[in-house]
Formats: sequence, structure tokens, C-alpha cells
Amino acid sequence: MTRELWKGNEAIAEAAVRVGLEGYFGYPITPQNEILEWLSQRMPEVGRAFVQAESELGAINMVYGAACTGARVMTSSSSPGISLMQEGISYIAGTELPVVLIDVMRGGPGLGNIAPSQGDYSQICHGGGHGDYHPIVLAPASIQEAVDLVPLAFDLAEKYLNIAVILIDGSIGQMMEPVELPEMRPVVRKDYPWATNGAIGRKRRVLSSIYLEVSIEEEVNLRLLKRWEEIQKNEIRFKEYYLDDAEIAVIGFGTSGRVALSAVRAARSQGIKVGLFRPISVSPFPARQVAELAGRVKSILVVEMNAGQMLKDVQLAVGDRAPLEFYGRLGGVVPFPNEILGEIQRIAKQPPSLDGNPTQRWLARMTTPKK
Amino acid sequence: MQTEIIIAGFGGQGVMFIGQVLAYAAMDKGKQVTWMPSYGPEMRGGTANCIVVIADEEIGSPLVENPPASIVMNLPSLDKYEPLIKPGGVLIVNASMVDRAAQRDDITTILIPANDIAEEIGDKRLANMVATGALLGCLDIMTVKDLEAALEAHMPGRHKHLLPKNFEALRKGTEFAKQAIKK
Repeated sequence: MTRELWKGNEAIAEAAVRVGLEGYFGYPITPQNEILEWLSQRMPEVGRAFVQAESELGAINMVYGAACTGARVMTSSSSPGISLMQEGISYIAGTELPVVLIDVMRGGPGLGNIAPSQGDYSQICHGGGHGDYHPIVLAPASIQEAVDLVPLAFDLAEKYLNIAVILIDGSIGQMMEPVELPEMRPVVRKDYPWATNGAIGRKRRVLSSIYLEVSIEEEVNLRLLKRWEEIQKNEIRFKEYYLDDAEIAVIGFGTSGRVALSAVRAARSQGIKVGLFRPISVSPFPARQVAELAGRVKSILVVEMNAGQMLKDVQLAVGDRAPLEFYGRLGGVVPFPNEILGEIQRIAKQPPSLDGNPTQRWLARMTTPKK
Repeated sequence: MQTEIIIAGFGGQGVMFIGQVLAYAAMDKGKQVTWMPSYGPEMRGGTANCIVVIADEEIGSPLVENPPASIVMNLPSLDKYEPLIKPGGVLIVNASMVDRAAQRDDITTILIPANDIAEEIGDKRLANMVATGALLGCLDIMTVKDLEAALEAHMPGRHKHLLPKNFEALRKGTEFAKQAIKK
């Protein structure tokens, strides 16, 4: 395959088509509109279903219904639209269906703006919808990585009968990079024993998330949790940069991870022993790997485009093995490498203490007027 | 090795296209490249910009604060980006749309009447390629030939008849910049 220059949103959409997406249901919202735009043309071209629903609620429930048939299905949205979809996401989780969801995050809360953000981390990874369920969440930092994660997201969703989310922000959606897309594959409809795909000649099947008998609902919950244990055991993904001899580890996912890579390289060129740990699966979170990392570095800097949502997962993993610092930009601001470099230099000069709260220290730095 | 270029101007001046052509050419040379557009409300009727990063290894940040090179196609873009260019860097200014002199003396500034040169060639829409040619005259990252090959390879068939004039615009821009540097 040759490398082609693709816009993130379009590359993700085309990758989904090529790996056998049978039905897409969505509703427009910036900065993910190119996904709909691309699929509105491509899906009919290859004889598959594209529906622009009347709302996000319509879209997520159409995906829910289509997933019941065992077809490979997907929807996408951006932060406010994802909020609207939460009820349907919980229903899909409760019905144990494979669905892929793309969230192209934008600045918030509220209507916010259309600039890149990572403010949906907690909502996507730790709930949003009601009840005990855990989506698989993959956070690519480049368009190639996003494209490579599309078939994986479908495979994981179908293997574990779970929602799989590809979590990106507006910058990955809107930028262009050279990518190699997957080859066009034929659609293969799996013969699931649960699929409601026509009961002629066989017993009726019923799919639902309603279990009025509480003991049965508890069984469903336990089954979901056992499956989540398997996912946690098997599906951890991350990438490490310059960590072999590192004394400071930067941890960041997606765009903040790749911006941090520039800062880490700049710091290395100044002789600072710093490396980068970039979680790719943010749910399940690579907690064991982060804990091990904490045992061999002197301090950790967490960088995010939110107020420290992944920081909480890092704190759980690290405990008191290493002192933490946090640097976040909010509301749609993407940090420049120099800002993160400044943080690395500050930590190199004066390692942080285990005492106190990294979020409070960061907030104090953010809100103190610069001299 | 990494080079970053910010290209800015009014919507319709072809600044996004400049970035894409540079990105295509970099990709075809086997480089890593990112093209990051401004996609916010400002692109609806106001100024547009894009940032191209070209590198030999995996690219970190697709955004840069102080690029070593920039093309500015109008006055608001000159005002915004001139102070941000890295010392020793290159600034290509579309002098046809700017009525002031450059202020920095620690960078190479090329004031090129891109609209006028484009009109001499026969189409004022070529101003973006004239400015791109000027950039190539000042930077060692790619040659006019690389860009011509990229245009040839990636322009849709229906636009192929426009190639000779685009090539001419690139060459005139480069010649202008090389002459300007000599002076």
C-alpha cells in the first residue's frame, strides 16, 4: 500500500468502510462532520446503510437496533452530541451489543466551542450513562494510529460484546497526515447466537436491557464485570518513548501525548533525562505499567487538555511510588511544546514532593498572574 | 530534522492549498508530515491559516508557536505572524496586499508582489503558487521540481490543464526570492 494524505475524520470513516461497516447512523456536529459527509457518499456507493438521524438520540438508538441484527455498526459525534447519546450507550451496554463509537472531542462544558479538547475522558471512560458498565476506549495520537485502531475497535467490540470508543479531539479529526489505509475487505456477517435477524424456522430471540427480576439483573452485571476483567487482562495498549534511562516520565494520551513528545525531545536535547508514556487504551487503563514506571522514575508529569481527568487514573495507579505534577489546558486550548518543556525544566530543577495535591498546585500556577 | 511553516491569509487566497501541496510533496519524498488547518469560526469569512510540519521522524506537536518559516498573504496575517517567526527564519510577504514595510531585521523577509506576478502570468488566483515558489527559493527543504511533481501526481484530472501556469508561478516566485536574497 502507498501512503496517501488524508484528513483524520475522513480516514477513520473510510477505514470503517473498508473493514466492513454495514450501517452508520449519525447526526452532524463540528468537528466530526467529515465522518458523516464521507459516509453519506461512500456507504450508498458500496450498497450499505447511511442514515442521518433526526437527532443524536435517534442516531444512537438506530445504532442500538441495527447492532441487534449482528451487523457491523457505528456512530460518531462530538462532546455535546455524545452527552445526548448517553442513555442509548447505557442501553447498548446493558444489552451486551458490539457497537463502535467515535468521539471527536471539543471544548466544553456546555455548547463550548469547536476547538480540540480532551474534556470527555471521564464521561467516556468512567460512565456517562447509568449503571455498571465499562466501554473499551482507544485514544490514538495520529491519523495512522486512528486508522489502525478502527478494525481493532470493531474486533474488540465483537469479541467482548462491548462498546468500543475511539476517542480523539478536533485536531486529529481536522488535520491531514500520510496514512496507509486497510485493504477493502468483503462484509462478513457473523452468525451470532443472539442476533435478531429473522426468526423464520427457528425460535424467537429477544434482546433487551430490561431485567425486572433483580437476581437476573445482578447476574448480567456480574457477567459484564467478568468480561471487563478479561478485557483488562488482554487489551492494554500503550507506547513508550525515551523511557529507558528516564528520571522524569511524562504521561499524556492522544494529542496532548504527541505535543508532550515534542517537549520531551526538546528537554532531552538539553540533557534532561525525560521520557514519555502514552496510553493508547485509556479504558482499560494501563495501571500496572504506570505503577511499574512510577517505581523507576523520580517524578511524573501528567499532561492533558482537561482539568486532570486521566490524572485520577494515574494517581490510583501510582499511589505514593512517585510524586506527581499536572499540566492541563482547558476549554479548547492545545498546549504548545514550550509550555510542557517549561514544566519539565521546573521539575528537573526542583523535583515535586509527595505531599499536597498536584491539581491544586497546577490551578494555583494557572491562576497566578505571570510577572 | 524538522521544519514548520505557517501559511496565512484571507479565505479564498489558497492558503490551505499551499499547505496541502507542501504536505503532498513532503509525503512523496518519504518525509513525515502534518497539515493542521484553522477550522474554527475564524475561517468562515475571516483569515485562514494552516501549519505544515515536515520531519524525518514521528512528528510530535502539529502546532507550533514560533515557526522558522511563514507565508503571509495579507496584512492581518503579517501583523499576527511577523513577531512570531523564529530568529533567523524566513517570512514571505505578499506585497500586493500589504502596505507596510517589514519590521524584523533578524529574519529574512521577502516582499513579493504575488498578485501582480500572478496577473502577469494570466490568472491572479496563482498568487498562492508565486508565494510558495518564493518560500522554496529561501528554504532547502524541497525544490520547485518536488512541488511540480506533487501537483502533477495529486491534482485531479480535471485541473491538469492548469499545471503549466502553476509551474510558471512557482518558478517566477523562486526566481524573485533568489534575486531578492542576492541584493
